[in-house]
Amino acid sequence: MKKTVIAATVLLASASSSQSADLTLCWAAWDPANALVELSKDFEAESGHNMSFEFVPWPNFADRMLNELNSGGKLCDLMIGDSQWIGGSAEAGHYVKLNDFFDQQGITMDDFIPATVTGYAEWPKGTPNYWALPAFGDVVGWTYRKDWFEMPENQAAFKAEYGRDLDVPTTLAELKDIATFFQGREIDGKTVYGAAIYTERGSEGITMGVTNALYNFGFEYENPNQPYDLDGFVNSAGAVAGLEYYKELYDCCTPPGSSDWYMSESIDAFKSGLVALQMNFAFIWPGVHADPNVGGDRSGYFPNPAGPGGHFAQLGGQGISVVSYSENQDAALEYIQWFAQPEIQKKWWSLGGYSALRAVVEDPSFATSQPYAQTFLDSMAIVKDFWAEPAYASLLLSMQDRVHKFVIAGQGSAQEALDGLVKDWVEVFEDEGKL
Amino acid sequence: MSKTKIVDAAAYATPLPLRHRIRGLSDRTIAWIFVAPTLILLLAINIFPLIWTIRLSFTNYRANRPNADVKFIGLRNYERILTDSDIWQTMQATAHFLCWTLFLQVVIGFALAWLINRKFKGNDLWTTIIVLPMMLSPAVVGNFWTFLYQPQIGLFNYLISFLTGVDPSSFTMIGEVRLAPWAIVIVDTWMWTPFVMLICLAGLRSIPDYIYEAAECDRASKWRQFWTITVPMVLPFLMLAVLFRGIENFKMFDLVTLLTGGGPGSTTELTSINLKREAFEKWRTGYASAYAVILFVTIFGLASIYVKALNRVKDR
Repeated sequence: MKKTVIAATVLLASASSSQSADLTLCWAAWDPANALVELSKDFEAESGHNMSFEFVPWPNFADRMLNELNSGGKLCDLMIGDSQWIGGSAEAGHYVKLNDFFDQQGITMDDFIPATVTGYAEWPKGTPNYWALPAFGDVVGWTYRKDWFEMPENQAAFKAEYGRDLDVPTTLAELKDIATFFQGREIDGKTVYGAAIYTERGSEGITMGVTNALYNFGFEYENPNQPYDLDGFVNSAGAVAGLEYYKELYDCCTPPGSSDWYMSESIDAFKSGLVALQMNFAFIWPGVHADPNVGGDRSGYFPNPAGPGGHFAQLGGQGISVVSYSENQDAALEYIQWFAQPEIQKKWWSLGGYSALRAVVEDPSFATSQPYAQTFLDSMAIVKDFWAEPAYASLLLSMQDRVHKFVIAGQGSAQEALDGLVKDWVEVFEDEGKL
Repeated sequence: MSKTKIVDAAAYATPLPLRHRIRGLSDRTIAWIFVAPTLILLLAINIFPLIWTIRLSFTNYRANRPNADVKFIGLRNYERILTDSDIWQTMQATAHFLCWTLFLQVVIGFALAWLINRKFKGNDLWTTIIVLPMMLSPAVVGNFWTFLYQPQIGLFNYLISFLTGVDPSSFTMIGEVRLAPWAIVIVDTWMWTPFVMLICLAGLRSIPDYIYEAAECDRASKWRQFWTITVPMVLPFLMLAVLFRGIENFKMFDLVTLLTGGGPGSTTELTSINLKREAFEKWRTGYASAYAVILFVTIFGLASIYVKALNRVKDR
């Protein structure tokens, strides 16, 4: 009798553990993560699984999470990893390949914004091999002080100086004019500055910023017809002009002491009324809109302006993957299946998460659902992303070093910086056996 | 109880099986038994990693690709490092930081110790106030000095503005190439001068009064007493302080990372910061191992020469 009771207890315990899992989702510590915690409560209620979250601040996110993956750690069942990790994580076997699962569940990548599928889910790029579900669409765009733009005295002064209305810029040249105009200007008795731009050196900041100028002046990562052929593309005349533009923008129009700024510093500068323009990822827009000092009608949003070589913006955002070392893979896949549903994606958007599902963003009501929704759509249509190669970290840090040295430290010329970058990248690809 | 009786009592108190087991062990064996755990730990924690690092330095190993083929590439990593101008730039930045912090800390630390060594009211209170910075965490110091250096709200800029009349927002200590190397020197000096001061104070207090009294009898001036008694007798202490601070500052990481992150450009990228980026951000483990071996040989060589000089000064 005693043996029967014990066996029944063990059976019950194992049955309940197979039904209810403790899932841990790893992501960066930022506003969208809080929205995801809120959203995931519905999943807990529906599935009976418990959700835990491991959020790491952006500057340490890659270090912490890549160490976790590289060591085969079991902390994370689900990982919303950066888009650049996809190549390395797929090749090193950190992520579970999701093709079969998508086929079984009827999830098709055609339902997601194409740029997010390429950016967040595919490896190798351009092939139908999926390692993530696009989870959070993001792109670099601009926020501006609409109330300052609308001040009659500013409008008159700008028109007198530049011969046109003070309005949202459509080109990078116009953007620089506006930033120059506001630099050092007195507004409401306070000295303000032109623009907060990305200059951070340690992780990925200045690269995520400078690419918005480089792309639009003609920079390309490689020869479109010959992979890993860099010379003449990375350091083309257009790319050099783009880098010079970014340095000029930094020199002329940024607040003193902004030599190491990334997302949070730019947000602080904008919200404290220090700058007229702010370069930042779209994830900040809900927070700006709700801010008591600069929110509502006081701020506006626009996509990265075009340059002489094209019209692009740096892609941000992430996909959600199942970690291959997880002991709760079934429950993790269940979460992805739940997250992919259109009604959940709609709620995700309403909570402040940028859905990448076409059914949500192509809904006629989407563009007017928030003041920044149209800008998000326009920006997502022009995205370009950094390398997602397994050696992306080496490629990224070389670019950080080369660009920071020229733009912030003023060492050497733009041509030297990009020639040096070609040299570094060639060395990386040689080490990788790709050249 | 006599000593023999105590030994006998201890021997009889030892359980019989154990007594039988250790009866045949020589003193040398027992000594080895006691030393062995330390030796094993030393081998496991220091010697094995060192040998392993040397081995890795000849390969293209990457710790983030455990399944990839590891190729033996001979001296390629060493060649790359020694011919890389960026590496030499970080060496220069480290040398600048090391030389200036040591110079300033020794001069100011010794001067403070000399002043504190005099008997005056509030002596203990001033000593406590002076040593406060070294009790703080480098993370705290790094963070609050970034605020002090802020061009818009930073007290440091306002102080300079007050003293010189320049606009406080016209310069950025941690954002300008010409100022950033000095910004980190100032903070490290502020934080660690008290440490040098304490060691110098110990040296000053170890000088017996009768030596000065004898010098007074010989009508030696204060200046002469300082150069012929104080300085030579404090010198071993001072050299020890320089050794400690030199080793610490050669591997400086936390304070500078929090202050400047190695920037602007790579103006304040010290070797330890550079090495960390290579090893744990770019994951070039083989390359970083070669880099670490070069640094180890450099530090080991310099430290050996220095310790010999220190011993010579002590023996004088």
